[in-house]
Amino acid sequence: MLVVASSMIAACDGIWRGPWNNPYPAAEAGANILYTTFQERPKHLDPVSSYSENEAMITSQVYEPLVQYHFLERPYTLVPLTATAVPSAIYYDAHGQTLPVDAPDASVARAVYRISIRPGIRFQPHPAFARTADGRYRYHGEGATHVPVARAPTDFPAADTRELKAADYVYQIKRLAHPRLHSPIASLMGRYIIGLDALAARLQADVSATGFLDLRGYDFEGARVLDDYTFEITLGERYPQFVYWLAMPFFAPVPWEADRFYAEPGMAARNLTLDWYPVGTGPYLLRENNPNRRMVLARNPNFHGEAYPTEGEATDAADGLLADAGKALPFIDEIHFMLEKEDIPEWGKFLQGWYDISPIAADGFDQAIRFGPDGRPELTPEMQAKRMKLAVATQPSIVYLGFNLLDPVVGGDRPRARALRQALSIAVDIEEMISIFSNGRGIPAHGPIPPGIFGHREGTAGINRVVYDWVDGRPVRKPLARAEALMVEAGYPGGRDPATGRPLALYFDAFAFGPDYKPLFNWYRKQFAKLGVQLVVRMTDYNRFQDKMRTGTAQIYGWGWNADYPDPENFLFLLYGPHGKVKHQGENASNYASAAFDRDYLRMRSLPNGPARQALIDRMITRVRRDAPWIWGTHPQAYSLFHAWYANGKANMMARNTLKYRRLDATRRAELRQAWNRPVLTPLIVAGAALAVIVALAWRTQRRRSMRTPT
Amino acid sequence: MSAYLIRRLLYALPILVGVNVITFLLFFVVNTPDDMARMQLGERHVTQEAIDKWKAERGYDRPLFWNGAASGFEQATDTLFIRSTVRLFTFDFGRSDGGRDIGGDLRQRMGPSLAIAVPVLLLQLVAALGWALVIAWLRGSRLDVASALVCVAMMSVSGLFYIIGGQYLVAKLWRLVPISGYDYGLASIKFLVLPVVIGMLIALGPNVRWYRTIFLEEMGREYVRMARAKGLSDARVLFVHVLRNALIPILTGVVVLLPSLFLGALITEAFFAIPGLGSYTIDALQAQDFAIVRTMVFLGSLLYIVGLLLTDLSYVVADPRVRLQ
Repeated sequence: MLVVASSMIAACDGIWRGPWNNPYPAAEAGANILYTTFQERPKHLDPVSSYSENEAMITSQVYEPLVQYHFLERPYTLVPLTATAVPSAIYYDAHGQTLPVDAPDASVARAVYRISIRPGIRFQPHPAFARTADGRYRYHGEGATHVPVARAPTDFPAADTRELKAADYVYQIKRLAHPRLHSPIASLMGRYIIGLDALAARLQADVSATGFLDLRGYDFEGARVLDDYTFEITLGERYPQFVYWLAMPFFAPVPWEADRFYAEPGMAARNLTLDWYPVGTGPYLLRENNPNRRMVLARNPNFHGEAYPTEGEATDAADGLLADAGKALPFIDEIHFMLEKEDIPEWGKFLQGWYDISPIAADGFDQAIRFGPDGRPELTPEMQAKRMKLAVATQPSIVYLGFNLLDPVVGGDRPRARALRQALSIAVDIEEMISIFSNGRGIPAHGPIPPGIFGHREGTAGINRVVYDWVDGRPVRKPLARAEALMVEAGYPGGRDPATGRPLALYFDAFAFGPDYKPLFNWYRKQFAKLGVQLVVRMTDYNRFQDKMRTGTAQIYGWGWNADYPDPENFLFLLYGPHGKVKHQGENASNYASAAFDRDYLRMRSLPNGPARQALIDRMITRVRRDAPWIWGTHPQAYSLFHAWYANGKANMMARNTLKYRRLDATRRAELRQAWNRPVLTPLIVAGAALAVIVALAWRTQRRRSMRTPT
Repeated sequence: MSAYLIRRLLYALPILVGVNVITFLLFFVVNTPDDMARMQLGERHVTQEAIDKWKAERGYDRPLFWNGAASGFEQATDTLFIRSTVRLFTFDFGRSDGGRDIGGDLRQRMGPSLAIAVPVLLLQLVAALGWALVIAWLRGSRLDVASALVCVAMMSVSGLFYIIGGQYLVAKLWRLVPISGYDYGLASIKFLVLPVVIGMLIALGPNVRWYRTIFLEEMGREYVRMARAKGLSDARVLFVHVLRNALIPILTGVVVLLPSLFLGALITEAFFAIPGLGSYTIDALQAQDFAIVRTMVFLGSLLYIVGLLLTDLSYVVADPRVRLQ
């Protein structure tokens, strides 16, 4: 008993050393560990199928595609990562003759990207590479019997590495076509990479339900190894945006040994898969993947090394973002992603110093942010006292209200329908919506392209003149009288439908429901009611909402888009006719179709950034502003807070592999945590005293009763 | 009693099949296999071909209840319902639609759920019984009246308020325990203190009132007067005789709760980031992961049946006069 009691006390002493509310083991105090959170477990960590933001937070630290976004420079610029240079295409005609870069699209038969990678890069240590003394792979072929209790790659006693080769990139491109891996971009890339669809058909014929399919034996024209450090990707047409895809994990190298290792019988049953334990060359490796509690990235001992950038935006030096210029990356030893399902506890732990960075929860916004006289956000005195820092960045995304242009009332190219859409665009006061429902975190959109993306224009040249006037150096929403006049043009004077004599009823399909959204929907109703229009909100679950969008039965809907890459094509394609949702199952949810817009889109897509491209974009945007397929909505802004000990916190909304640039002062953090988290014991003493009083009262009451003489 | 037990276990089979049919119908009324595939494959660039492949790999391309394309007996057996249900009865839960081993997840998550639920049940039972006995003992006193006020106040407050308020006061303001999180082994203690205390408080008010009523009813019986007349102390009468005779209604409420211990507390686990089975079920519902949902519903109904059976057995233990036939 004594031994058990002693060991419990000793264990508890270890647990409770330091602040009582320390959620981490005492041994981690002062360690160079970044603590952040995740709310939902990543579904896929295999780069061939990983596409979500929460997955990229892991995969982008582990895998290294050929190129990456410059951490500091804006507009977003691609720089080499494992490639020796940012790849560019050489164009050939149908006869194999080289074409100039500005050759007409129709003459381009092939676009070839010849890519060289840097030698000397090695994969992270992993049992998939381990060999026996006679050179055979130690864990290939004999199944998972080597370590029957293995639950993670680290449970295997042996691990090794090898050098990254061009063949690893080609192997991954073939994996895009693997029928069992369900890459979300397989069909998209199949349209461009020559032979990828045919490869998929061959693999479909050969694949079995389980087991290793050795893709090395399947050659195809679209991706070929030239030598150990050089390979080619061949597209069947010009696609300048392809280079951006090369910055995503879809095109990160995967060693065939990893596929072979994880294909051993019994591995998948123990969750040992590439979808769970990635194998990369990046600055970090995934040491622990327990989505029930935490995921841990640890420094990759084989990382090839990279230096902090020496150049950035004009203000970066003044902001201290170049203090680490030229220093070796990464700065942080480990990154712990802790499970937090709810915003409130996450915010509380951030304020206590247990998390280093945090988004600002809706409930904590007023506690953290106030708006200065100039309307700019600044930290409250409470946050300033803790020397916190605020990073604000406009997201490369748009949230909008769309009209279904196939709808007989709001759709079509008729002047009446267009006038109705324009009137509603004026009536819905986006500025007010941002202020009420987003705490000012967003900017009104004047078109589909967000700030920071080529094609977006600021100032008077960038305003939507259908909805705004330029007054005193700023855009001002047109008066409601203009919207009312448009309603007359649309045939609904005073918002009444002449056919029925009653207010025009329009239907808004929303996939959000519950009490949290009711104020927003009531606000929408009020906006439409300004014009006498009755808005009927039809709330539904996301599945049914998608059904309505696919079948074109929605009339007005709310949706959004976040950029895959920083190119205007990635927004303008949302309005390209052949991408219509109903007819072509594309991403043009409004089913907008304009021959002139589509012509300009195809031309714009192939042009390099420059005046000619800008002129085309201006024309396209002027057209869609007039046609008003969307009420343009907002470009959301991300506000994040970080503590004084966290350095190089500049937000980069395109890059996901930014953790290698961050730096911590762990000693300072430990001191502040200690100071901020002294336990308050008074309530315990008061509670104990109150209990004692109650017990005493009970005892006295009973004693009095027992002393009372029965009557 | 053996015949009784066998009969009850046999009754369980049609109940479990019925529960599975209802789960199946409800799930597929709300979600189609295409919806499930889209949820797993993501929203962008997903083609119908990819959806069809995903469904075929997991057997979701089969008809739900009747396969007209099959022949003979397979018309009934080569269906999504039979294929997914039969495995459950052999406790082979298979893999989730996201590809994870469900049995492994259950084993891993059961511990944290039990680590909260068992102390909550025991402490709440001890505290509620003790409090109820004392106020039953002091019935009519000012303490009894004050206690009624406190209990009604405790019953009137939502469980979510206890959680958020507890986190705010105890963890954020007073900094006595971590706000949320979890660790394994002894290190879990500091994470469990607050959720356990809050879990206990949430159930305390109604249970104290209920137990007090039961005790007062018992205290009016003949045997209590007889015990007092024989000179037994109030404490002995209450804690030995009254408590024992009041056990049957108390056991009815407590034993039937045992299965829920394994299934976890949904809101508590979410707010305290406890990786238990409650949050597992919620995550699965959000992800439309039918494999996990059907497993959790099956286990829930099975444990409930076992709980009811244990309740019956506990009557025999508590009162030797009870016979199960």
